[in-house]
Amino acid sequence: MGWFFIRGYAILVYLFMFLPVAVVVLLSFNASQFGSFPMTGFSFRWFVELAQNDAILRAFRTSVVLGLLTAVISTTLGVLASLALVRYRVPGANVVSTLLIAPILVPEVVLAVALLLFLNVLGINKSFALLLFGHVIFTLPFVILVVQARLVSIRRDVEEAAMSLGASPMQTFFQITLPLMLPAVLAGGLFAFTISFDDITGTLFWKPGGVETVPTQIFAMLRNSISPEINALGTVMIVMTVGLPLLGAALARQLSRKGG
Amino acid sequence: MSSVTLRNVVKRFHKFTAVHETNLEIPEGAFVTLLGPSGCGKTTNLRMIAGLLDPTEGEILIGGRRVNDVPIHKRNLGIVFQNYALFPHKTVAENVAFGLRYRDVPKADVAARVQAALDLVQLPDVGERYPKALSGGQQQRIALARAIVIEPDVLLLDEPLSALDANLREDMRVELKRIQDKIGVTTVFVTHDQSEALAMSDRIVVMSAGRIEQTGSPEEVYNNPASEFVAQFLGASNMLEARCTGTDAGGATLEAEPFGQVAVPAEKAQRLGGPGAAQLVLRAEKLLVMPAAEMPEGMITAPARIETVDYQGQTVRYFLRLGERQLQAINMIDERPFEQGAEVRVGFRPKDASALPMETA
Repeated sequence: MGWFFIRGYAILVYLFMFLPVAVVVLLSFNASQFGSFPMTGFSFRWFVELAQNDAILRAFRTSVVLGLLTAVISTTLGVLASLALVRYRVPGANVVSTLLIAPILVPEVVLAVALLLFLNVLGINKSFALLLFGHVIFTLPFVILVVQARLVSIRRDVEEAAMSLGASPMQTFFQITLPLMLPAVLAGGLFAFTISFDDITGTLFWKPGGVETVPTQIFAMLRNSISPEINALGTVMIVMTVGLPLLGAALARQLSRKGG
Repeated sequence: MSSVTLRNVVKRFHKFTAVHETNLEIPEGAFVTLLGPSGCGKTTNLRMIAGLLDPTEGEILIGGRRVNDVPIHKRNLGIVFQNYALFPHKTVAENVAFGLRYRDVPKADVAARVQAALDLVQLPDVGERYPKALSGGQQQRIALARAIVIEPDVLLLDEPLSALDANLREDMRVELKRIQDKIGVTTVFVTHDQSEALAMSDRIVVMSAGRIEQTGSPEEVYNNPASEFVAQFLGASNMLEARCTGTDAGGATLEAEPFGQVAVPAEKAQRLGGPGAAQLVLRAEKLLVMPAAEMPEGMITAPARIETVDYQGQTVRYFLRLGERQLQAINMIDERPFEQGAEVRVGFRPKDASALPMETA
């Protein structure tokens, strides 16, 4: 009897969480010009309008460029930091580790305001570079956590064997260590991209005037009216932020099956 | 092929001294085993020779050249690790060929040398497979092939057999020795297993607590231990408190209860300084347990009672009670072992005994 209630309650929670998402996806295919029920027919017209909306296309481009740059920079820094923390004796490694992970723990608003105030004091204006910098700061912990976990499981003696056979430390890294941790590196990069791609809090604080990312663009559009275009855009976002990590996970599994 | 020399080498980790001042000469082509319990410093020595650790003091020479400042990848060594350390993302052939790409080996020769190495370890057909498709014993053979294909100056083996199970370990032991004989490379072997050390080595270096206890051939180390530690570590030995009453060219005379006078031959008593407190060392395999009437001539004997019987099939280990003392004896089984509680005589030939000075702890 108790189990019956727990199961029923769990189902209700999931409905509460996912029903709105399902409604957005459903309504994005609605032929009516009002983004609400009842549906009057099935149509792709809002996706077509979306593809013709300059503001949204610009925001989309900005988001993709920002996400890719964030992923590349975060992954590079994250790999280097993980190597230092796991493979070498760094003085104060624990403190450094905590500081690098901290952005996850601090509320994003606080982080956003803090960075803004800090740069204000330094007299630096808001810019795309600053926005990128902010995104790197709070995607870095995710990359480090994923990469570090993988690096710990790579046996040191495999690297030692490579060096004993004549590979320099640099050659050992590219021949042995990097291929072995590649699944984690790719996963970390993907994390960084998706987190950056749908971030709104930090982005609202950091973005320079006139620059919009997809989330801030939606936010701006919502202030006027609920256009059905937003439903279509929401669907695209869902496909990207859910689909990419799934794709990445599948890819990582494929890679590690080959390597073990 | 090269000799290896450790000259006044010391290794400290913060305040802990892992290796105390050590001098060691490993001749060209020799198979030398560093033997000792875990934490005795044997692996630390190996890692210093490899270049994976820097000595705190002293110098290491390979082929007469000081290598303290030469990084591992320029030392031309083959290392075989306990857990194989094969590259999991490369095929067996790529694993074996790995060291060749850093040596100017013409591409055409690489495949031939890889195949020759795989033939040598008797796994000629696994080149296309990945390491995890092989058994532990096969993986260790590949690790060996990878280490020797580069024709290293020195081959370093870090407990290469201890991850394998018992039967396989003995096969690999014979195999390893065969390959080493064939290529004649100077080999440093680290193990905590005395039977591996005795079976494979030209010389054994017994280590304890960061110091070398004894260096010698397997027979020397086994038959004439230099210290109580060595006597106890290589097989079971009985240590009896004794008094040395005199020494001469023929040997030393020891007085040890309950056996009385024992004339220990000179070469087994050379560590005794002269008369005084001493220890009589009796190997468990050299103690013969017999009914009183059947004891052969020339044995020094004492009465004993069998306290525990540890039956091992081919042999049996007796724990014997002689008054306040307990001795161990390992005998071949003739028909059937004695029963617990049996009254017997225990005896040994004086030439099987050895003598050590009493250690001041």
